[in-house]
Parts: sequence; C-alpha cells; structure tokens
Amino acid sequence: MLDTLQTFMNDYGWNLLVLIGFSLLLLVVLLVIIAFLLLMDRKVWAAVQMRRGPNVVGPFGLLQSFADLLKFVLKEPIIPSGSDKVVFLLAPLATATCALASWAVIPVNENSWGRWVISDMNVGILYLLAISSLGVYGIIMGGWASNSKYPFMGALRSAAQMVSYEVSIGFVIICVLLCVGSLNVTDVVNSQKTGIGTHIGLTNSLLDWNWFALFPMFVVFFISALAETNRPPFDLVEAESELVAGFMVEYSSTPYLLYMLGEYVSITAMCAMTTILFLGGWLPPLDIWPLNAVPGIFWFLIKVVFVFFMFAMVKAMVPRYRYDQLMRLGWKVFLPLSLVMVVITAAVLQFGGFLS
Amino acid sequence: MASALFFYLFSVLAVAAGASVILTRNPVHAVLFLILAFFNAAGLFVLLNAEFLAMLLVIVYVGAVAVLFLFVVMMLDVDFAELKAGFIKNAKIGALIGGLVLLELLALVGYKGLAVSPVMSPTSPVPAGITNTRALGEILYTKYVYYFEGAGLILLVAMIGAIVLTLKHRQNVKRQSISAQVARGPATGLEVVKVPSGGSVIPPPAKHPEAAE
Repeated sequence: MLDTLQTFMNDYGWNLLVLIGFSLLLLVVLLVIIAFLLLMDRKVWAAVQMRRGPNVVGPFGLLQSFADLLKFVLKEPIIPSGSDKVVFLLAPLATATCALASWAVIPVNENSWGRWVISDMNVGILYLLAISSLGVYGIIMGGWASNSKYPFMGALRSAAQMVSYEVSIGFVIICVLLCVGSLNVTDVVNSQKTGIGTHIGLTNSLLDWNWFALFPMFVVFFISALAETNRPPFDLVEAESELVAGFMVEYSSTPYLLYMLGEYVSITAMCAMTTILFLGGWLPPLDIWPLNAVPGIFWFLIKVVFVFFMFAMVKAMVPRYRYDQLMRLGWKVFLPLSLVMVVITAAVLQFGGFLS
Repeated sequence: MASALFFYLFSVLAVAAGASVILTRNPVHAVLFLILAFFNAAGLFVLLNAEFLAMLLVIVYVGAVAVLFLFVVMMLDVDFAELKAGFIKNAKIGALIGGLVLLELLALVGYKGLAVSPVMSPTSPVPAGITNTRALGEILYTKYVYYFEGAGLILLVAMIGAIVLTLKHRQNVKRQSISAQVARGPATGLEVVKVPSGGSVIPPPAKHPEAAE
C-alpha cells in the first residue's frame, strides 16, 4: 500500500502539488492585479467625464476594490423563491471558473528558467477559444434560473451576441495561426520575433509583431473582444436603460460578486490574448540595451494594462449600440471581412514564398 | 496509474451524466447534464492523446450546439404528460433497437474477450515527433481531401436549404437602412421652420378614407 502510494507520488503526486502551488500563485497575483485594474477602469472613466472617481477608501481610493469585496461578501445573499436554486447558484460559479480557467494556458514570460505558464499545451489557442465560448453558459443559466423577465431577455441577447462574435474571433485567430504555424501559445509569441520589421532592418522590433502585418484583423479582434466580454458599447446584456441590469437583476452579494469577478477576469484574459496574438507578448518593442534588459514579465504587464486602458477608454467614449446594429456588425461586416482576410493571408503565405 | 484514475473518473461521470439526461424531469437540467457528458468525453479524448479532438468537441458541441439546445429548450413549454404517452407508445421500438445494440456489444465482447483493458494505453495513432493537430491535418488535407470537401459541400447545401426554407421576404414591413441613418447629418435631419405667431406648422390630420364613409 505504502509502496503504491510512493510510486503514485513519484509519477504524479509531486507534479500535482507543484501545479497546485503555481496555480494558487497565479490566482493570487491575478486577483490582486484585477482589483487595481477595476479601480483603474473607474478612474479612467471618471477622468473622461471630469469627475474624481473613487477617492475615499485608502490613499487616492487605492483600497476601493477591497472595500467593495468586503461589502459584497458580508451582505445577505437573496435567492428568489421562484428560482431554480441549484442552477441559480451554479451560474455565477460557472462564469468565474471558466474565466479563471483560461489563464491556465496564458504564458507571461519565457527566460532561462523556462516558460512561465501553468500548462504549456500543444493546442493552447484552441483551449482559449473553447473556454471563452463557455462564458455564455454562466449568463444563460443565470438568466433562466432567475425565473424573471428581464434576466431571461438579457440572457437570450447575450447568447446570440456571444455566439455571433465568436465566429469572427475564430477567423481572426485562424489568420494569426496561418502566420505562426503552431497552436502553442508560446510559439505564437516567439514567432513574432521575425516579421516585416526584420525585413526592413529593425530586427526584433515592434514592427515584427502581428498587429502591423495583420492590422485589419487587429481592429476586428479588439472590437470582437469587447463584444465577447459584454463590455460597452456592446453591453446589451445588462443595458440598464432597457433591461434594468439584464441577467444580473436577481443576483446580490457573493453570487453577484462572482459574476463581476468573472467578467473582469475574462476581460483581462482577452487583453492578454490581444497582447499574445498581436502585440508580441513579453517581447521588448526595440531590441536595444535599456529596453531588452527589462524582464519580459514587465513588458507583458505593460501591454496588458495598455489594452485594458483602451477597453476603458472605449467604455467612456462610445455610446451603446442598438441590438440590430450589433448583429449587423457581427454578421454582415466582421464575418465577411475576416473570411476574406483568411483567404488573403493564406494566399500571400502560399504564393509570396513565406512557407519554407 | 494516474491515467487509470482519470479514465474511471471521466467514464463514470460521463455515464452518470448520460443517464441523468434521460432520467431528469426538467428539460433544461437534461441539457446541462448533456454538457457535462460532453466535457467528460473531451476528457477521455485527452487521455487518448487526441487533444485536438477534445478541444473541437468542446468548441463545437459545448460552445455552439448545446447553446442552441439550451436556447430552444428554455423557450419551449414542454408538456410532460404528452411526452410520457409518446414514451409508452414508442417503448417497444426503443427496446428492440436497444436490445440489438446490446446483442452486438455482447457478441463483440464474446469474440474479442475482455483482454483489451480500457485502461491500457492505446496504440498511439500519432506518429512520433509531430503534434496531434499536424498529424490530423496532414492526413485530412492529402489522403482524404475529397471526402473532406464533400462533407463541407453537404453542410453548405444543408445551410442554404435551411435559409431557403425559413427566409420570407415580407412586404409592408418598415426596414431600417443603416447607410441612410449614418449619412443623415444636420443638413438633412434638421429643418428650421418659421412659425407664425398664433398659428401652427403642423398640417391638419388627413381624413382617414374609412372614417369618411
């Protein structure tokens, strides 16, 4: 018995413990970063509207997110009597779990220690696509289980919206993968060390990254990422002027907190995906001394925060889309555009002599 | 050892979820159990080193097909009494088909025996040195390219057929022209009128032809 246990631990158990340790480290760092990103979101929004934003809790309001966390956790959760209780409580859990799970394959750096990622799997990009398509379940389940009109309408809207924009995200990812030739997320970043910039003499620079070569796809991906994460101007799921708070009407306290957490985690995951697919991940913008001495993790963080800043600016500046305009943009503009770009990218790679 | 543990975990959960799909009374719960079964099947694919198929299963079935199932089931008002009557009516045919499949399985086990343990590592279909995805792509786009394109064509025809069946060009429906809405500026959208004092620029309501009769 003890012998079996020992072989089990040697084959599998120690790896599992190391994996759990790394996952916990990632989760803690990620959640602390998200607490401050949430504050940044509100501050940017306030600055655009010439307000101060949260500035009471802690210096410059730095502890506001933690105060909100305590408030939500200590409140009484109210579960509507007409609801399907199991599904009602399962829905926010599903949202938060799916959002956090996507961080398992996102690499944040690569150096002499190895690749800084929980799971360096061969099909990482497909995993990210699969997990981001699961986010819709938390919303549909919550909307249905609330047994109320507004949540149900919000859930139906969101299901249609997220399924529509996944199509264009899929085609954009195919474009990038055609240039990369691998489904491994770390390979996607490493392939961006050479590209257009290297051809014109700027070796390993920001012109090598995919955003330059695939600029239309970068724009399509950014807008689709906004729609996929239900951010303004595509937040029709919780459009307060039409649906009160959409699928979250009946939620309070910790379940509501889990929804908010899941939303922000998936937003940061989308920012990280944009960084990895188009902005060169942890690669420095220029391969010269002070820049390439900075550890890659800082470049990665700076790029993620920059993309998040763009998300916040869009939220502050762009009015909400009407529902038929949203569907028209997804199916009649982005789908044909990304489909044509897949054909163009494949043709250029095939006939331009880029495939060795 | 570990893979055996996961094999039994995934297969027991898959079978239990599959049974729950037909045993549970609430159709929405049934779809949720179906999703659980899909997930466990994806886990089994991962154990077989077929991670590409596992991810496709999650993307296609869980991410798209099951969402539509859930969509339809949520909006339907299912009458359980009627469903049960149908169940008893069709039970004989169902039992016949189920019995046939069971007989086939038993015959297979009788012929092959139980020597092929489910836990035993299968002969890896992937050649060494290349990834699962590449191996699939290399065989799908070379040896089976005509079958692949044939399947794509059939799906395209099915899609066009579904659109033809449901598309109705209704007359007398006000539609929005997005380009006209976007092109509308102050010059075309705004009209400055001189209102005579005590008067009105609103034309008097036209008499309805039916009201005049």
